[in-house]
Amino acid sequence: PAAPPHRAGWSPRSPCPASAGCVPVTQATPTPSRAVMSSPCDARALTTRCAVAMAAGDTGYRKERSVPLKSSSSALYNNLSVLPLRDKQLTYFAAVHGSTVSLASASADGLSVSHRQLQAKEGGLAVSASIVTQASWCVLPSRVLLVLTSQKGIQMYESDGSIMVYWHALDVLEPPPAQAVFARGIAAASGRFICVGTSSGLVLVFDIPSKGTNITLSEVLEEHRDSITDIASEVGENPDGDADLVTADDSGALCVWRSKEEFSLLTKISAFGWTCSSVKLWNGVIAAGYGNGQIRLYEAMSGALRATVSAHARWIYALDLAPLTGKLLSGAEDSYVQIWKLSRSPDTGDIEIEHCHSECVTDTQLCGARFCDPEGNAFAATGYDLSEIVRYGQV
Amino acid sequence: GKTALLPQRTALLMGSFVFAVMNDIITTMFNKKFMEELFKPQELYSKKALRTVYDRLAHASIMRLNQASMDKLYDLMTMAFKYQVLLCPRSKDILLVTFNHLDAIKDFIRDSPNILNQVDETFRQLIDMYSCLSAGEFQLIRQTLLIFFQDMHIRVSIFLKDKVQNSNGRFVLPISDHSLLFKRVEFTNGGSYISPQREGSFDLYGDRVLKLGTNMYSVSRPVETHMSGASKNLASHTKENAAPNPLAKEELNFLARLMGGLEIKKPNGSEPGFRLNLFTTDEEEEYAALTRPEELSYKVINIQATQDQWQNEELARIMGEFEVTDQPSQSTSKGDDLLAMMDEL
Repeated sequence: PAAPPHRAGWSPRSPCPASAGCVPVTQATPTPSRAVMSSPCDARALTTRCAVAMAAGDTGYRKERSVPLKSSSSALYNNLSVLPLRDKQLTYFAAVHGSTVSLASASADGLSVSHRQLQAKEGGLAVSASIVTQASWCVLPSRVLLVLTSQKGIQMYESDGSIMVYWHALDVLEPPPAQAVFARGIAAASGRFICVGTSSGLVLVFDIPSKGTNITLSEVLEEHRDSITDIASEVGENPDGDADLVTADDSGALCVWRSKEEFSLLTKISAFGWTCSSVKLWNGVIAAGYGNGQIRLYEAMSGALRATVSAHARWIYALDLAPLTGKLLSGAEDSYVQIWKLSRSPDTGDIEIEHCHSECVTDTQLCGARFCDPEGNAFAATGYDLSEIVRYGQV
Repeated sequence: GKTALLPQRTALLMGSFVFAVMNDIITTMFNKKFMEELFKPQELYSKKALRTVYDRLAHASIMRLNQASMDKLYDLMTMAFKYQVLLCPRSKDILLVTFNHLDAIKDFIRDSPNILNQVDETFRQLIDMYSCLSAGEFQLIRQTLLIFFQDMHIRVSIFLKDKVQNSNGRFVLPISDHSLLFKRVEFTNGGSYISPQREGSFDLYGDRVLKLGTNMYSVSRPVETHMSGASKNLASHTKENAAPNPLAKEELNFLARLMGGLEIKKPNGSEPGFRLNLFTTDEEEEYAALTRPEELSYKVINIQATQDQWQNEELARIMGEFEVTDQPSQSTSKGDDLLAMMDEL
C-alpha cells in the first residue's frame, strides 16, 4: 500500500493539486455568507476546499464464505439487514423476495447456516399477495424486534422471526387510489420507539414496551409529501445538539427530528431532484445516498451541506455506518460497494470523508449492504436475483 | 439448424401472410376497449394471467402455434424484456424502451392509416400518463417489474452470442469507468454536476437515443433458447402454479374484461391456416414440449382458441355477465364458475 490518504488543502499561494481533473461546478443558489465561485480552483476564494480522496490507502478486505439464501433478493432499497449476536457467535441476515423474507442464521465461519422464511400478512378482505418492501432488525435496550413493512401493513416479530408480536394494518382506501400504497423505512429511536414510514409520507411512531405485545401507535409525523424511503436514528453521540432521527423520502427531502418527550422537527433539508434512497446519522452527521450515485454529508442540527461525493455511477440502494469507527459503506446498482471513513477535523470541527476500499460484485445490481459489526471489520451485500449474501472481512 | 421461421425470413416466402398476421395482431392489441382496461391502475399481473393474455393475442390472427413454440416465444419475449428493464441506465428509460417498442410497431403498419391512428392514440395516452412521473416513481415501477422477472434465467442464443448473457443465464452488467481511483469529493455548500449524457426524446416522434427496446433481430439471428441447466439454480418456489386460490378470482375478473376486447380469428374453410413453428422440425417441437422442465412450465388458464369453445353459450353468457366493478366479493361465485369451466377446457 502506498502513501496514506491525501487531502489537499489549498491557500492563495499553492494551487489545488487536483486542478487537472476538476470539472467546473455551477453554484445553484449562492449563499450570502460565502463567496460565489465559478470554479472550485479559484485561489482567491478561501471558503471552499476541494479535496480529492485517493484509494491509495486501501484498508484491505478479502472475500469470505457466502451465506446462501432460500430465495433470491428483490431490487428494493436497503434490502439487507444484519444482526450480529456476539455471545452466540452467530450472525442473522434478512433479505426480501416478493412477499417473503428470507432469514439466515450463520456461524462465524459461515459453514453452518439455518434458514427461516416469513410471509407478508394478507390484510382483511385482500385477495392479492402483498409485497414486502423492507425487513429490518430494531435494537432497543431491552429487546430486539424484527420489523417487516409491506403493501398491507407492518409486522413485528421476535428477533429470530419465531413469533409475530404485533400487526398494524395500513388504512384501506376506497376507492383504491391510483398511487401505490405501502409502508417502508424502519428505525428504532431513542431506546423506546420504532418509527416506520408510509407511501403517503407519514412516519408512524410506535411505543415499544420492554417486553410483551402491548405495542401502541403513539404519534404520526406529517412533514413529508412523498413516499418515505428510509429512516435513521443517531447511532453515535451527538456533540452539539439533540438531533435523534432523520427521515428521507422519494423526492430527496430530509427531515431532522428531536425525540425527547415528543417528536419535534428541527430542520428540513430540501430535495435537489433525486431520490434519497438511504440515510444514516452519526455524531451529528447525516450521510445520504441518492439516485444519481451521490453521497451527501450534512450537519444534522443546521441541515448545512458539507460534502458531495460522486460515489457511484448508478442509483445508490444502501448505506451503512459502523458507529465505533465512523466507517461508511455504500452499495449501488453499479455493482460496487465503496467503504469510506467519516471524521471531524479536531481543529475546525469540519466534517471529513475519505475513501478506503472498493469491492465489485460482478454482474450484480446491489440492493443491500451492511457492516457485520460495530467497528466495520466485516461487511455483507446482496443483489437483485442473487440467492446469496456475499461477505468480506478485514485482512 | 437455424431455419426458425421469423417474420423476416417468412416474408421471402409468404409476404401476404405476414402482412395479414401483423395487421391482425396489432389491430387487436391496440383496440380501444383493451387499451382502456390496460390503462386502469392495477396490481402487477401474475405470470399466469400475463401468459393467458399473451396466448390470446397470439391467436388474434390466422397464425397458430403449438404449446412448445408458444412457450419458446414467451420465454424469448420475457428474457428480452427483463434484459431491457434491468439494464436501463436511468429509471425513466423504461418509458423510452416502451417508446422504442411502439416505434417499431408503427413501422410494421406504416401503410395502414387506421391502425396507425390507434397506435398513436395509445402513444399519446402513455405520454400523458407517464411523462410527468419522477425518477423515484419510475424506479418503483422498475423495481415492481423486476420482481415479476425474478429468478428467470433462460438462456437465449442471441444474448449468449453477443455476450450479454453468461452461460448460467445471468446477464452481463457493463461496468462503468471505475478505473478512476479518485473518488471526487467536493466540500462546498451547493452546486451541481452537469450530466453530459444526451437524453432521449419522450415525444410522439423523436430520437430515443437508448438502444434498449429496438429490434434485436434487425440482422437475421437464430432464435434458440436453452432449458438445460436453467432449473438447477432455482432457489425459490413460485406459488403461482398451485391450485386455484383467491388471487385467481380477482384476476379472472380482470382477464374476462381484458379478453372481452380481444377478438380471436377463426380460420374458416376457404383460408388455409398458418402454423408458426419456432423449432427446426415438428418432431423437435414435440420433443421440446415433452421435455420442458416442470418448474418452467407455464400453467396457463388454457383458453383454446377453437371454434367449439367460443361457441359455448354457457361460457359466453358468463363472460358477458362480468361488469366493471371494484368489489371482488360480489363476483366470487361467478369467479368460481368460470374458474371451474376454465379448468375443464
